[in-house]
Amino acid sequence: MLTAILLGFIFSLFLVFAGKFIKGRLAVLSALVPLSLFIYFLSFIPQISSGEVIRQNYEWVPSFGLNLNFTLDGLSLLFSLLITGIGFLVFAYTASYLKGHDYLDRFYGYLGMFMGAMLGLVLSDNLLSMFIFWELTSISSFFLIGFNNTSEDSRKSAILALAITGSGGFLLLAGALLLGSVAGTYSITEMIGQSDMIIQSDSYIWILILFFGAAFTKSAQFPFHFWLPGAMKAPTPVSTYLHSATMVKAGIYLLLRFTPVLGGEDVWNTTLITVGGITMFYAAVHTLFRTDLKGVLAYSTISILGLLVFLIGLGTQYALTAAAVYIVVHALYKATLFLITGIIDHETGSRDVTSLAGLRKVMMPVAIAGFLAALSSAGMPPFVGFIGKDLVYESTLDMGSWSLFLTVLAIATNILILYAGFVAGIKPFTGKLPEKFSKVHLPNFLMWVPPLILAVLGIIIGIFPGIINDSLIAPVVDSVGREGGEVKLKLWHGFNLVLGLSAVTLAVGALLYFFFKPSAKKEKDISKLDFIAPKSLILDFGDGFKTFSAKWTYILQNGFLRNYVTTIVLVLVGMVGYSFFIGGNGFVLNSDSFSEITFYEVVIMIVMFVAVAFVVASKSRLGAVVGMGIVGYAICLLFVIYSAPDLAMTQFSIDTLTVILFVLVLSGLPKYLDIVDYKARIRDGIVASSLGIVIFLISLAVLNEPVDKEVSEFYADNAYVLAKGKNVVNVILVDFRGADTFMEIAVLTIAALGVFSLLKLRLDKSENPKK
Amino acid sequence: MKTLILRTASKYMLPLLLVFSVFILLRGHYLPGGGFVGGLMAAIAFVLHAFANGLENTKGLLRIDPAILMPIGLALALLSGIAPVLAVDLPFMSGLWWPDPVPIVGNLGSALFFDIGVYFVVIGVTLTIIFSISESA
Repeated sequence: MLTAILLGFIFSLFLVFAGKFIKGRLAVLSALVPLSLFIYFLSFIPQISSGEVIRQNYEWVPSFGLNLNFTLDGLSLLFSLLITGIGFLVFAYTASYLKGHDYLDRFYGYLGMFMGAMLGLVLSDNLLSMFIFWELTSISSFFLIGFNNTSEDSRKSAILALAITGSGGFLLLAGALLLGSVAGTYSITEMIGQSDMIIQSDSYIWILILFFGAAFTKSAQFPFHFWLPGAMKAPTPVSTYLHSATMVKAGIYLLLRFTPVLGGEDVWNTTLITVGGITMFYAAVHTLFRTDLKGVLAYSTISILGLLVFLIGLGTQYALTAAAVYIVVHALYKATLFLITGIIDHETGSRDVTSLAGLRKVMMPVAIAGFLAALSSAGMPPFVGFIGKDLVYESTLDMGSWSLFLTVLAIATNILILYAGFVAGIKPFTGKLPEKFSKVHLPNFLMWVPPLILAVLGIIIGIFPGIINDSLIAPVVDSVGREGGEVKLKLWHGFNLVLGLSAVTLAVGALLYFFFKPSAKKEKDISKLDFIAPKSLILDFGDGFKTFSAKWTYILQNGFLRNYVTTIVLVLVGMVGYSFFIGGNGFVLNSDSFSEITFYEVVIMIVMFVAVAFVVASKSRLGAVVGMGIVGYAICLLFVIYSAPDLAMTQFSIDTLTVILFVLVLSGLPKYLDIVDYKARIRDGIVASSLGIVIFLISLAVLNEPVDKEVSEFYADNAYVLAKGKNVVNVILVDFRGADTFMEIAVLTIAALGVFSLLKLRLDKSENPKK
Repeated sequence: MKTLILRTASKYMLPLLLVFSVFILLRGHYLPGGGFVGGLMAAIAFVLHAFANGLENTKGLLRIDPAILMPIGLALALLSGIAPVLAVDLPFMSGLWWPDPVPIVGNLGSALFFDIGVYFVVIGVTLTIIFSISESA
């Protein structure tokens, strides 16, 4: 299974070297990668449908509890098949859609990376590795949205999408760590067993907030939905694959996956129903006001995502079955609609629904696919969409006192989704063919066959729902913790209330489609309300935050070294002084532990005092530096007296070099001037002495603490036994803590390179952005 | 600062200080000293020479760019750490020792090579920083 996940990444890596082969006629061969994976995952269906769960473990970083544990159960299998199946069609479609594009190899590279990441996400049983794959999907989505990187719009949308989904990723990481610490494991399988304990813990509500934040940003739930329409700037294969069929469903996957761990509580259900309900209705209304085909599809995708969250929130067996069916339904018809939108865009150069018409005359197979997909999205029998819609109504009707409201909401949403499906799948093909499109022709078969396959699958599964019932849907319901298979998928339920509701949906939706025409004016009218839309509010917040941080930075990072030093010293004195005198055990000074003051010490102290006084009073920089050097040497003498020869030697050398460095730097400065008045000097003196006094008192207090000699005794005892050295300090440096020393010399090297490049790097005018 | 006394003295001081720094480096495992101090002393020797004779002369004397000592030292330290992994399948940075003592140096082990790596890095870092600053000042 690891190989299956890595295959996408290996494919991308391979393209780095062999990209130019794939750019030409061989492009279509890249579709073999997802195809082989699709067949591989298909082969698991018999095992999974008989209730088995396949697990594979690889140890990766066992010391962090980070293992590559993969689990293939019903839920993972459904998603894996979607990822590889739709992936196969999209890979093939792209070969023709972006034929001859300069960066086709790069595009396939991103797609391959995404496919690997997404497979990793749905197969991971370890929460941490799942997070890593989650982030990888966000990153590959960023590259794909910004694929046309010469367009400013694309770049902006890419950054916006990354900002929203990326911050969701942070929430997921925080949630994962919190959940992991409560459960004591990062294995999702093990967490299911501890569900009760997790729900009763104090952190439960925080875990919920963090997980919801992650799922809602990734799956474009209100109020974070606005990145998805922007993401439509990506080439159409990307919109089909990432932003409709797979990646945006990662949040749905997360919610489904954690239903058995976190679900079942009121707060879980209510939040999901509310957010999902708002999203599905709000986005569905928005579809009325879009004239760009992709805009219509983007909002109807958001609406479906809302519906899925809503269904997970209902949480009943019917609702979860409905969610599973809807994932399939939506992937089939929405991918079709996106792909035909791509064809229309590719052949006519327009995605404007108000101008497109009559295209059936020039591209019949595409029109058939569009019709079928639109009817499936409408929930017309005998399409699979009909089964999905029925299940939704069954689950809302089952909700007791709220059932009336929820059912009406679901019906209203479905009416609008039907409208969106018709606009995208039927409208461009009906009516009279405008003159300007008369030369339009059918594209390469690589482009029109994939949507046709998906659309036909929609009707086949609709007529024979048994195909997916036991093999896919029941195992999904099983793996989210409900008994699967009890809800049999059927096309015909007899004459009952649900059928009546379906009929109402179809009738009202069809009327809406015939009487409500999208127009540029309506799109403009609704955009007047943009200022209260979540997008502009969040963007305003972002701008405000930028302004705030610019001001804040200006206060703290004002470019004057003296201010930095003053700030650091004051904060240090304030915090250390606070915890020292007020917090903790209070300050106790015990003079018993002081040793006698010797003659040498007195002499050294006098030398130091004189040197410090000289530094403060000195009128010349070099004089001050020399004074500082004397203080340093005096400290070295103290080390010698307290028998630390290694320290003294090092300190001697360092002090010598410091003085040399100071001399080198300062000799270039202008003459020493008295630019500060005596008030400022007194202020600086107080700041400096306060630091000195606090450190002094702490050093005295440390003497009162019992010293833990275990570590130092270990080193002293074992230096010769284990490391054959008699100089304990050196043995620690090169042997016991050798890895630390290695890091330190690496840091030293980096510092030297930094100094070198700061001083020596002279950019040409063309390379220097400031000049 | 090109005084005659300093210039003459530095000619004799440089080799003496360098030998002394190697001495400090080698005795480190048993007596005060080690790669870090040794490296600093060697660097000071060169800096002293540069003060007396000018930077260009010292650079000419060195022949190589001191910056090259940094990767050499890092590689040496890393190798001494990896050697036990490659040679005898012990964990990273385990000490390997030559069975018999070697004259002057004493016991010869991987720790010494690690210390020599530190010695080179310290010389390289110090001289790179000081030379860069004094050339820009």
